[in-house]
Amino acid sequence: MHTFLDRYARWIFPLPALIFIVAMMIFPLGYTLWNSLTGWSLSAGRPPTFIGLDNYVRLFQDERFQGAVVRTFYFTALAVFVEMVLGVAIALFLHRDFRGKRVITSILLLPMMATPVAIAMVWLLMYEPTAGIINFVLKQVGLPRGMWIGANDTVIPSLVLVDVWQWTPMIVLICLAGLTALPRDPFESAIVDGASYWQITRHITLPLLMPTITVAMLLRSIDALKTFDIIYTMTLGGPGFSSETLNILTYQYAFYYLHFGYASSLLVVFFALVLGVSLLTTYLRRTVEV
Amino acid sequence: MPTPRKRLDPIKVILEMLYFAVLAVILLAFLAPLLWMLLNAFKTPLQIIKLPPDLIFTPTLDNFINVFRYQNFAQYIWNSVLIAAGSTGLGLLIGLPAAHSIARYKQRLFGVIILVARIVPGITFLIPLYIIYRQLGLIDTYLSLILSHALVTLPFIVWVMVPFFEAIPHELEEAARVDGASILQTFVQIVLPISGPGIVTSSILAFVFSWNNFMFSIVLATNKTKTVPVAIYNFISYAQIDWGGLMAAAVLITLPVLILALITQRYIVAGLTAGAVKG
Repeated sequence: MHTFLDRYARWIFPLPALIFIVAMMIFPLGYTLWNSLTGWSLSAGRPPTFIGLDNYVRLFQDERFQGAVVRTFYFTALAVFVEMVLGVAIALFLHRDFRGKRVITSILLLPMMATPVAIAMVWLLMYEPTAGIINFVLKQVGLPRGMWIGANDTVIPSLVLVDVWQWTPMIVLICLAGLTALPRDPFESAIVDGASYWQITRHITLPLLMPTITVAMLLRSIDALKTFDIIYTMTLGGPGFSSETLNILTYQYAFYYLHFGYASSLLVVFFALVLGVSLLTTYLRRTVEV
Repeated sequence: MPTPRKRLDPIKVILEMLYFAVLAVILLAFLAPLLWMLLNAFKTPLQIIKLPPDLIFTPTLDNFINVFRYQNFAQYIWNSVLIAAGSTGLGLLIGLPAAHSIARYKQRLFGVIILVARIVPGITFLIPLYIIYRQLGLIDTYLSLILSHALVTLPFIVWVMVPFFEAIPHELEEAARVDGASILQTFVQIVLPISGPGIVTSSILAFVFSWNNFMFSIVLATNKTKTVPVAIYNFISYAQIDWGGLMAAAVLITLPVLILALITQRYIVAGLTAGAVKG
């Protein structure tokens, strides 16, 4: 018994995980691919019959889909941009020694570890147009009050703000770790040469930190594209469809309208987009590192 | 770069004060929503909508009492604990040997396949799983939720543990093998004990991710196995939002997570970037 296990350990050890992966990941992925070629809809009573690429043809003419693609990229680009700028800036700001620095990193952990649904509920209360604290503060300082998630043109920036609050700390922590790991020599010689703080930051720190920054950006982009909890619980894609991203739209098609076939074709396209973005960022990272 | 200073230079002192003032603003910005949650959880409905808000008030525990009295909240917490613990346990059981194998035999491809679970939108798995579970009558069972949450915990555990196992010197395992221990004995008695810190951290974080998960639960858990995030979301489906109860529930679900996060903080960044660095 032992000898059998010993001889084939390299296959037996990963086997349970492999079975799980095949049953829970690869099979569902294949099944989704197959479903995307059928007209299966529980609500319309259509059976899973093969209809070729019809779903995809319909999808690219679907204005709700086109809108969702644009909104997904709008949300992701805005969120990741703000998070990267703020995150790197805060990391540079924090990159020095002072007492109680560990307390700072602890506090930064809280937003990203907190349960997203709970976070969404607090922001819902704070965004509340009449009783919310944010509009109250704005009014006190003489600024116009906003409708936040209640208006078509402000809903996505408002959701981005929640995402920024939640995920900028991750960029900060990753960049801080990167900064600590940088080699000392370039900085010492730059100081000897009399370079200013800004010159050092611009010409030494940031270029050296670039690989770390791109990794952080890759991670954030993948997750931002897939943002679900915050949007679903705060707006359900509304008002109207004005915050309906691909993840929300797929959810609606699949579990509200029960159009499994059509939703599956949407998923395949969505997956391709996420994969494309990850490959693109990985490629960018390679070019940066060379 | 701080330089040791002997005399107090007034400009430096002002700059230092400015530095800590900015620091305080940054920290307050990241803490404010959480403090707001905590504060309002102890307020009466009237106090919550009162503007300007009272910062000093007599706290009430009514919200917490109501959450347990009118909602089946204890049940939801139990469901969340059971599902998070179950999926973490499953993730460890099948993930640890797999991670060891990936580390030891350089099974990179397998590692990358597991990583795909992190990239694929979760909903991709949800439609097929929902259909299959429906056919098997597994909707709203602990089994189906534990299995699907393991899609979150397994990749995480594997990618945190692979570097841990890689760092263990080969010789240590080989010495045990020479002494006549089987591979399984070596793994259980030598490898796992020295990987203790990694296992503890990855399980705590996996537990948190499962606990926080909303998407899988809202589709697969309808009633009996409803988890806390879904229960909280259902609060706002009613016409009149009970902000106090909502905040109390939010505190109840967030507090344990934040405590766990603080315990494991040293490893969290490493954990969150796991995979990206190597993939």
